[in-house]
Amino acid sequence: MPEIHVAKLAQFADGERRIVAHEGKEIGVFHWQGKFYAYENLCVHQGGPACEGVMMHKVEDVIAPDKTWSGQKFSKDEIHFVCPWHGYEYDLKTGECAADRKLKLKSFEVVKRGEDVYVVA
Amino acid sequence: MELPLSDFRRMAVEEFDTSKLLAHAAKQAADRNYKGFPIVDVDSHHYESEAIDEILEYMDDPVLQQLARSARQASAKSVGVLPSGVGYQDMGGRVMRYSTRGMEKTPAGTQRDISLARRWMDAIGINIAVMFPTPMLQLGLHPQVEVEVALARAYNRWLCERVLAHEQRIRSMLYLPFNDSEASYKMVQEFGGKPGVVGFMVTSARYRPVHHNSYMKTYALMEEMNLPLAFHAGYNWEDRTVGLMNQFISVHALGFVFYNMVHLANWVMNGIPERFPKLKVLWVESGLAWVPFMMQRFDNEYMMRSSEAPALKKMPSDYMRDMFYSSQPMEMTDMAMLEQTFRMLKADTQLLYSSDYPHWDFDLPSTIYDLPFLDEQAKRNILGGNAMRVFNMTLP
Repeated sequence: MPEIHVAKLAQFADGERRIVAHEGKEIGVFHWQGKFYAYENLCVHQGGPACEGVMMHKVEDVIAPDKTWSGQKFSKDEIHFVCPWHGYEYDLKTGECAADRKLKLKSFEVVKRGEDVYVVA
Repeated sequence: MELPLSDFRRMAVEEFDTSKLLAHAAKQAADRNYKGFPIVDVDSHHYESEAIDEILEYMDDPVLQQLARSARQASAKSVGVLPSGVGYQDMGGRVMRYSTRGMEKTPAGTQRDISLARRWMDAIGINIAVMFPTPMLQLGLHPQVEVEVALARAYNRWLCERVLAHEQRIRSMLYLPFNDSEASYKMVQEFGGKPGVVGFMVTSARYRPVHHNSYMKTYALMEEMNLPLAFHAGYNWEDRTVGLMNQFISVHALGFVFYNMVHLANWVMNGIPERFPKLKVLWVESGLAWVPFMMQRFDNEYMMRSSEAPALKKMPSDYMRDMFYSSQPMEMTDMAMLEQTFRMLKADTQLLYSSDYPHWDFDLPSTIYDLPFLDEQAKRNILGGNAMRVFNMTLP
């Protein structure tokens, strides 16, 4: 399996993403909270560039103990990236579609070698 | 530009380029050989608000023009005289092109709307696009009828002279100021024969019943001129019933169907199709799932209460199958239901592909082309052939 160079580690800050191409396939590589994640840049919906959109924390309802709704908040843990075509959201740590977790982007292994980051295509 | 994100983060955006955004769509078009047959998009949009200074040059009434220019100056990003409507079409910035499209560069000397349309049409694989405005979809809710009339005429003049006259790949069904039936009639008289005008469009979000007698001479004129009439869906969160819903997803999902359901009910139950049998009617941007619902609901009641719809000579669903429907936003989560929907509305001849680009829920031609239950001819009919026939179009 070929290893595709993504970036120098020092130039790939936490919270950023890179898109690399290999033999007609595009792969989005995310650096998030010290870990790397990589998925095919192809939305399960209509084929949009799913990895190129904004990264947003999951929105959650706040339900009080008495079952009343008291507002909304951003999750502290779950971060999504959003396909810029239509807004399909994906869990950055799993590649699962947030609205239907049966749907999932193809994932790739990311490896660090010395000062460089590679994705195994 | 910096986009606001969750957790107080921000995302820097340096540029916006339609061709780059739609690179995957261009690959789809090449893979499926769309160049082998015509594709007509019967519902696309531009943002007339970005050309509003030019449009206002075409407004005749000096007082309204000054009023509109002043309102525009006070709020540079809005049209000023338009009802804005609360809403979150951009999904809180998740669909980034809403915020960033203003950064896109276009060549000097060509109308910006034409340059942008050519880019997305080329990427998606569209030969001809019927283009509609965006903020003006709310204009039917304006409390001042004279403002709807003045802005509609200014827009129609601007569109004909600055856009349609210079790009034959762009056509339009012009805005009818439907809250003034006499002005609507005059609009058809004045603009019905202009190059690039393929019909007229009523924005559905409004409070005028389509069966009112004052509209009959306009329908008759359009029938005589062989110009289709479209009802373009829209939401209105200010409506008291719609206002019961607290989330925009609900307002959008139901709101974009609600007014068209009401108008279609009035259209059929009052026997308008019997009065104007050759007038082509097109229902735009309500998706398709509502059509079988309306057919079943009205057929069932008509069997018991036909005395309340005495003008009908066949079942309500038969009249509905004589009408035309634009495809987007096509409900695609249950293929078996979608196949039945296609059967019920006679999609092979009555369904017209639409993208709704650049809006958030646009559909690519592949949404039709990849359907497993259509043969090649049906795909081509829906993607372009039906529209070419309905609008008497030829490729430029």
